[in-house]
Amino acid sequence: MVELALPANSKVGTGKSWPKPAGAAKTKTFKVYRWNPDDEENPKVDSFEVDLDDCGPMVLDALIKIKNEIDPTLTFRRSCREGVCGSCAMNIDGTNTLACTKYLSEIGGDVKVYPLPHMPVVKDLVPDLTQIYAQYASIEPWLKTETPAPERERAQSPEERARLDGLWECILCFSCSTSCPSYWWNGDRYLGPAILLQAYRWIVDSRDEATGERLDQLEDPFRLYRCHTIMNCTKTCPKSLNPAKAIAEIKKLMVERKG
Amino acid sequence: MSSSNRPLSPHMQVYRPQITSMLSILHRITGVALAVGTLLLVYWLAAAASGPAAFADAQALIGSIIGRLLLFGWTFALFYHLCNGIRHLFWDAGYGFEIETVSRTGWLVLAAGLALTVISWVLGYTMMGGA
Repeated sequence: MVELALPANSKVGTGKSWPKPAGAAKTKTFKVYRWNPDDEENPKVDSFEVDLDDCGPMVLDALIKIKNEIDPTLTFRRSCREGVCGSCAMNIDGTNTLACTKYLSEIGGDVKVYPLPHMPVVKDLVPDLTQIYAQYASIEPWLKTETPAPERERAQSPEERARLDGLWECILCFSCSTSCPSYWWNGDRYLGPAILLQAYRWIVDSRDEATGERLDQLEDPFRLYRCHTIMNCTKTCPKSLNPAKAIAEIKKLMVERKG
Repeated sequence: MSSSNRPLSPHMQVYRPQITSMLSILHRITGVALAVGTLLLVYWLAAAASGPAAFADAQALIGSIIGRLLLFGWTFALFYHLCNGIRHLFWDAGYGFEIETVSRTGWLVLAAGLALTVISWVLGYTMMGGA
């Protein structure tokens, strides 16, 4: 359901302002969403000053610096620091992206950092991804076959393999799904762009033999058809993939198979 | 600590307005406006059917400054919804999904909607002799 306002326990207040580091010539202000499950308080936005002359170029560098030098309780996910793991997806400067591939120099003014939008928060910048992982499992993201396994691998022509380009690169960071107003309002029943792109990745795989079954699973007013081609997903994807296009291709297959 | 009291992260409150989502919601809003505008059209036709006095009242209401402003709004709603509807048909056929194209066609339908609205009104006033 469409609920424009945040619930009472989610309204965001103003938090602590940390002082400027001594002797820093060039600083940038970071406004970071904080929520601690161990007290009874509402979320707050803390303000940190980071010395840019002593900081790496990416938003993730600044967050790590804040955690190391200012407030060790700041909590966020990160791992690869090079845009291949998808852990550090968050809302930075108003759009979803990976903190590790977002340049500080691209952001004018204060750097506002929030968790991925419209998700339950575990702590600070860490969203609870339980439901979206369950949705991922629901599309059965593995090769399904009925014909007996060949002696060697299941062969694929270069053309067939090329159909997976633009799909296999998805790192499941969920920037797209959490940028989608349709997913915000109907995330309990709509699968959202990330999961539908994954669904399409298996539908177009020439080696998969469960295409009809997969389409049956998606033929539903909510699971697939809550996509209204808003296109926030494609606009925000940090890997420059096109989930909206993948969803459109699924919709086309639905029409085509009716003949 | 139970997970039931977890707050919901901000969404509308923090997401920067995008050309993509703004035009999408405008499509929805103009669609609703057109449905409401149809009621006005029904009123106008019903007034015409029921007699000269009722029709004169309807003409006066629609011809007033507020009536004309509303009509102007509905004209834009019609043309924007029409142009963006054509954009949607291309998407349904699988075309125009590259993000540069989406941006370009977005601004195009907005400009086309505005231009068609202004042209209609200029033509309308010209045909009425500037009344």
